[in-house]
Amino acid sequence: MAPRDWERKDLLGLEGLSASEIETILDLAASFKTSPPANLLKNRTAAFLFTEASTRTRSSFEIAAKRLGCEVLSFSPISSSLSKGETLLDTFLNLQAVGVTHFIVRHERSGVLEDLAPLLSASVINAGDGAHEHPTQALLDLMTLRERWGGFKGKKIVVLGDIRHSRVARSNLFALKKLGARVVFCGPTPLCPDAFSELGATIEHDVEKALKGADAVNVLRLQLERMEQGFVPSMADYAFSYQLTAARADMMKPEAFVLHPGPLNRGVEIASEVADGPRSLILEQVSNGVIARMAVLSLCEQGRSLA
Amino acid sequence: MPERLIIRAGLVIDPARKLEAVRDVLVTDGRIGDVAPSLARKSAFKDVPVIEAKGKWVIPGLVDMHVHLREPGGEADETILSGTKAAARGGVTTVLAMANTVPVCDSPAQLSFLRAKAKSDAVVNVLFAGAVTLGQKGEMLSEFAKLKAAGAAALSDDGRPVMNAGLLRRALEYAKDLGLLLIDHCEDSTLSAGACMHEGAQALRKGLRGSPWAAETVQVLRDIALAELTGARIHLAHLSAAASVAAVRQAKKRGVALSAETSPHHFTLIDENIPGYDANWKMNPPLRETDDRQAILEGLADGTIDAIATDHAPHGCAAKAAGIDLAPFGVIGLETSLSLAMTDLLHKKVLNRRRLVERLSTSPASLLGLKGKGTLAPGADADIAIVDPEASWTPQAPFQSNSRNSPFIGRRLKGRVLTTLRAGRIVHAL
Repeated sequence: MAPRDWERKDLLGLEGLSASEIETILDLAASFKTSPPANLLKNRTAAFLFTEASTRTRSSFEIAAKRLGCEVLSFSPISSSLSKGETLLDTFLNLQAVGVTHFIVRHERSGVLEDLAPLLSASVINAGDGAHEHPTQALLDLMTLRERWGGFKGKKIVVLGDIRHSRVARSNLFALKKLGARVVFCGPTPLCPDAFSELGATIEHDVEKALKGADAVNVLRLQLERMEQGFVPSMADYAFSYQLTAARADMMKPEAFVLHPGPLNRGVEIASEVADGPRSLILEQVSNGVIARMAVLSLCEQGRSLA
Repeated sequence: MPERLIIRAGLVIDPARKLEAVRDVLVTDGRIGDVAPSLARKSAFKDVPVIEAKGKWVIPGLVDMHVHLREPGGEADETILSGTKAAARGGVTTVLAMANTVPVCDSPAQLSFLRAKAKSDAVVNVLFAGAVTLGQKGEMLSEFAKLKAAGAAALSDDGRPVMNAGLLRRALEYAKDLGLLLIDHCEDSTLSAGACMHEGAQALRKGLRGSPWAAETVQVLRDIALAELTGARIHLAHLSAAASVAAVRQAKKRGVALSAETSPHHFTLIDENIPGYDANWKMNPPLRETDDRQAILEGLADGTIDAIATDHAPHGCAAKAAGIDLAPFGVIGLETSLSLAMTDLLHKKVLNRRRLVERLSTSPASLLGLKGKGTLAPGADADIAIVDPEASWTPQAPFQSNSRNSPFIGRRLKGRVLTTLRAGRIVHAL
């Protein structure tokens, strides 16, 4: 039976989705977890186009596709004609012409898929575009929290760290707001500008105030290059003010959870004892990632065959 | 026999003479012969050809003091020919071409070449700005005196900010001695580095790097201080931010020798209007927020902003297809400026007719010290636009410009240029 309320062939972001579309994905993922689906993507071919490094997302997508019976085309843009100056659209069109039905794309540029996807009959799934969106990461975050909570109404979720450059923060904000949660963005102003409040986030630069009474915190990775770019004076200075230590984590509700999209910088944005502690859902996130991505791939296949 | 024609019974709007009345305009040998009621009926003029203008406006041709013609070096995007045809279509009869060509217009030889090229190709008057610094590198002043002797109409490093305040100070002093207007593109590049749009919620939402309004205002304030220090006149290009308008207003009150322009996109559009990642909405300074646009409108209304200039910046489709983050800055504007001003300023009662023509023609002509431009006084050059204030139209590609990078494609506009004359000759007719 095809899930209702889904007609999209692409998943480019969560900002444009309705609450019920997001629920549709989460419901399907939940049902996949109890009863794994049949070969929904048999005779389909997925191509991976990643211009940025990825361990979790790529392997998770690859396993998800294979579990659905989908053929996986191993494709690395460094060795492809992308490096010879072929445009991204030409690359897509050629791969589509050889039979690719699903593109799973990570690109360092924000919004790069928005104009391309409508020009293709294949499905395009965003695996992270610049500082814009990372929809499947947010979906697996939501899936993990929903398993514990049942729903999001009235929940306070803190996203902590380099919000400015984070596609995970944006996708989480867009989705969590639609499902009725309160989202607090926390970080130093250079990495967490106040203008985010216009997008519906509550901004709090004091980590202890932010965490007080929270139901969960999603800790973001701080990249070394932010120091070189002058966004923070040093990694140590950042850690001094913003590292999620055990003491800080305990300012949340007793039953509150800790998430992290990985990869972890232990001792920078998160203390090891928290990452490995009882509140941590970090490895559950990773396992759920495969299921959430299976749900996304099947729904986009459904949308693609409708078109 | 003198070459003559009469433009009959149009509403003549000539801010320089505070004239706004139905008149016949007699053109004689490329100049305004007479402006008076019912000239066409006089027997002395019975054989003179007539252009009917009843119900239309007859105004001095627009003077656009901020245009990029891309020749030499970027001829696929624009040439002196295509750019001036675009100007003619928009009722613009004089343009000031910026110096950021390839090579940069920073030498008398380059200027002479360009003026010769304009003489043979241009369908409207083309003036050229010389670069403030050699190669627009912001290091060494170019030879202002020689540039002036070779015909430079102003000085500007537009496209690149002059970041070195000490250098700009000397440039202003030297320009003052020579009576050359220095036009500054106000942008602190340490604040704007890597940005492709305005810094605010919209840039955050899209995950794009933004440039804050302060990147402009910091340099506006610096320029005001330097104008005060040197006593030289400085003209600030394409104001976009509310705080910049406020700073200019205050400085003018103190009597600082300062003038400013804004562009049609800054009085019509804001960052929220940008569809997705469309590079045809990318320009520098970027589209800002509601309050900024409101301040621009107020600045135009109270005269803080003297002139409307398009910052016409043609770029080919391939360059713009690179995406908003990688594509070059700039939008075309010559063919739509008057219509946008009428739609968004006149019909929305920001400016009356006379003020509108003043901002588009009279003031920029005066800022550039042009004699016989920006007015229809007898003896002035017969550079004229005939305009239908009621005609509605929708800009569509292709344009007269070689490029089509306009955010206004598909936008309904009210007010349209019917005919453009340069020195009494028709250079555009709808």
